[in-house]
Amino acid sequence: MLRYVGRRVLQVIPVFLGATLLIYTMVFALPGDPVAALGGERGLPEAVQAQIREQYNLDEPFLVQYLLYLKGIFTFDFGVTFSGRDVFDVIKEAFPVTIRLAFMALAFEAIFGVLLGLIAGLRKGKLFDGTVLVLSTMIIAVPTFVIGFVMQFFIGVKLGWLPTTAGSDPGFMNLLMPAIVLGAVSLAYVLRLTRTSVAENLSADYVRTATAKGLSRGRVVVVHVLRNSLIPVVTFLGADLGALMGGAIVTEGIFNISGVGGLLFRSIQQGESATVVSLTTVLVLVYIVANLIVDLLYAALDPRIRYA
Amino acid sequence: MKNRRMAALAATILAGSLVLTACASESGEDPTTSGTGSSGPTTGIVTVNGNEPQNPLIPTMTNETGGGKIVDQLFAGLVRYDAEGAVHNEVAESIETEDNQTFTITLEDGWTFSDGTPVTAQSFVDAWNYGALLSNAQPNSYFFESIEGFSYDEDSELTGLEVVDESTFTVTLKQPESDFPLRLGYTAFSPLPASAFEDMKAFGENPVGNGPYMLDGEGAWVHNVEAKLVPNPEYKGDRVPQNGGVTVRFYDNEDAAYADLLSGALDIIDNIPASSFATFEQELGDRATNQPAAVIQVLTVPEYLPQFEGEAGNLRRQAISMAINREEITEAIFNGTRTPAKDFTSPTIDGWSDSIPGNEVLTYDAEKAKDLWAQAEAIEPWGDQTLTISSNADSDHQAWIDAVANSIRNVLGIEAEFEPYPQFSEFLDARDNEAITGVFRSGWQADYPALNNFLAPIYFTGAGSNDGGYSSEEFDSLVTQANGAESIEDANALLQQAQEVLFQDLPGIPLWYQNVTGGHADTVENVEFSWNSLPLLYQVTKSE
Repeated sequence: MLRYVGRRVLQVIPVFLGATLLIYTMVFALPGDPVAALGGERGLPEAVQAQIREQYNLDEPFLVQYLLYLKGIFTFDFGVTFSGRDVFDVIKEAFPVTIRLAFMALAFEAIFGVLLGLIAGLRKGKLFDGTVLVLSTMIIAVPTFVIGFVMQFFIGVKLGWLPTTAGSDPGFMNLLMPAIVLGAVSLAYVLRLTRTSVAENLSADYVRTATAKGLSRGRVVVVHVLRNSLIPVVTFLGADLGALMGGAIVTEGIFNISGVGGLLFRSIQQGESATVVSLTTVLVLVYIVANLIVDLLYAALDPRIRYA
Repeated sequence: MKNRRMAALAATILAGSLVLTACASESGEDPTTSGTGSSGPTTGIVTVNGNEPQNPLIPTMTNETGGGKIVDQLFAGLVRYDAEGAVHNEVAESIETEDNQTFTITLEDGWTFSDGTPVTAQSFVDAWNYGALLSNAQPNSYFFESIEGFSYDEDSELTGLEVVDESTFTVTLKQPESDFPLRLGYTAFSPLPASAFEDMKAFGENPVGNGPYMLDGEGAWVHNVEAKLVPNPEYKGDRVPQNGGVTVRFYDNEDAAYADLLSGALDIIDNIPASSFATFEQELGDRATNQPAAVIQVLTVPEYLPQFEGEAGNLRRQAISMAINREEITEAIFNGTRTPAKDFTSPTIDGWSDSIPGNEVLTYDAEKAKDLWAQAEAIEPWGDQTLTISSNADSDHQAWIDAVANSIRNVLGIEAEFEPYPQFSEFLDARDNEAITGVFRSGWQADYPALNNFLAPIYFTGAGSNDGGYSSEEFDSLVTQANGAESIEDANALLQQAQEVLFQDLPGIPLWYQNVTGGHADTVENVEFSWNSLPLLYQVTKSE
């Protein structure tokens, strides 16, 4: 078990090198000159642009730039943004709120998705099942920003039940609406995965055996059906965590949350390679860890899976 | 079985450590900014929308609106602008000149920075020298380029600045420029305290100024979130804060700011999102603002394009201009949040006129446009070319450019279309390398309220923002004369003549003035928008 975890952790190294090189190349290949754009419509004097290029090593060839960046990483120097701030600080500021939001969204979609999916699966073909299916199709079909704007307008502006935006120090209530919006689509997927899986497992041999043994319906459903049905759901949730963190740009924009998604978007727009690469690398690490957790959970959920 | 438990345990620990890291970094950046107690008991804190400053809060580095809105509150320059753009002395007691080239500036007594150190002539001279020095790479360095000693080639001192005594200094320019005193209200000309030069990086995080407001202690600028400003007790000018402080809240998305305004979470917004153009005046009633601002949009016609050269080219420029139905487009696309242009400047500027001879080319006239185009065709046929209108596409430009292209296509019967560049920086690349094969969008926002700020930087031969490469001896000489004029009135008269030249040559086709679109909640009063599209924050009142 420990050896397995150790091996998986070691995999991080090549993934890290590959990811940074790949992303660095892509940012480098972006058309347009980021320094020229710093001056806005008016532009900066040539001489000032040259000074800035020199400051950020942008006048060096690609490989030198990348190696300088790598060298910085190993001394815990992630470079500076065009606004002169340490990339490390910028990233450190963006993550707390994003993590809070992502976990709230994850909890929302996991709890409600599994619960509704379980009920729908148990009552396959009944009214509840049909209603839930139609509703989840609608949620998947409607783009996130529509759900976001509509909820913001009615719940935030018109009814005033929840804050319209996250505000300066977002707490649970501030992030509740964004988390629901962010988790809504995934909730629909979790629900459908659970439902299908539960419905299928209900007719499995081991369930019949468990029932035949005389176990109570509740115990059969929770321990035997649900637990085995969760494997595809857990796989989905693990991959979704990374998506919730890096891909919340739309939700972050609507609710004015200064998180990772918006930061990444702005950095790409401004061609700030140091920020983009560092941020994406952290997100890659999050994916790796989340997937490791998922793989370990398999063993906990399904007795037939063993790691050595 | 044992293995499974361990797997579950490991998973829990891993998941837990993720959460723990989250908590740790969370508490690490907790913004502890308790009030300094300077807020009056009857006045509330006004919240206004803004953007994360792109640079440290150093006056010579701040060249965009996000930082500008804050720096403007933190510093007081020699002069200040009122809502109409008129110039009043602020720190300056007097600015005197006889030849528009050497200026003697005397400071008013008793000004101090918020840290208690006095504002002296040296504070200005040091700040300007810092801003101008090449190796400091200050984005606003070009503001000092007309001062003697300025250089883009090497580090050199501004030899034109001379400290006479504690409260007097002289400025010598490379050539006479009558509007130099008008420029001095721009934040780039702010003074800096001596402490700034010890550690400019730290200063930029937490600047010490002499303006009506100051940052509310260390960490009052919470990056990407907000900046908290409180009244500066040392401030000695006329912009005395009438509220308990101002919090500038940063929004990436104006829709979010507008939603906050409607729900009462934000007091003032100075930029209504395009999605609400049609409804905001209805929703806010008399709390909405929609008035022309010192921003103009122009279609620049690059001089290197052969199809726009010579007499035929000139006729084509006029024909295109008259084929654009500005009234209809500003109404249909912008819901009246743009004002059709009447000249090359802006109505908020002193000396603006809507009746400059030649400006009838800005009026939509389909018949005349067809006629002019036919005349051009007689000289040299256009063929089956497509007229492209280039712009960056990462901002809301598609709709109006399509409308302009349609207008031209319908009137002149030629193909016209939008040529988008995905990112602003790509657009700049193409523009600067003369790779654009048609007309392109140019936007210009004034730094200081003077006619010349709309003309010389864009149309003077070889000027920094002369992106079309226009060059006219007649125009240049009129601008130079205006620079040496005795009075602002004389200068403005000459600049209007210079605009007549522009109307003949049409190096750019003026489209419309961008309005300032703003609004405020019923929690605040005395909200007034200034010539530069920003609310005059100091005069806003809010009871707690």
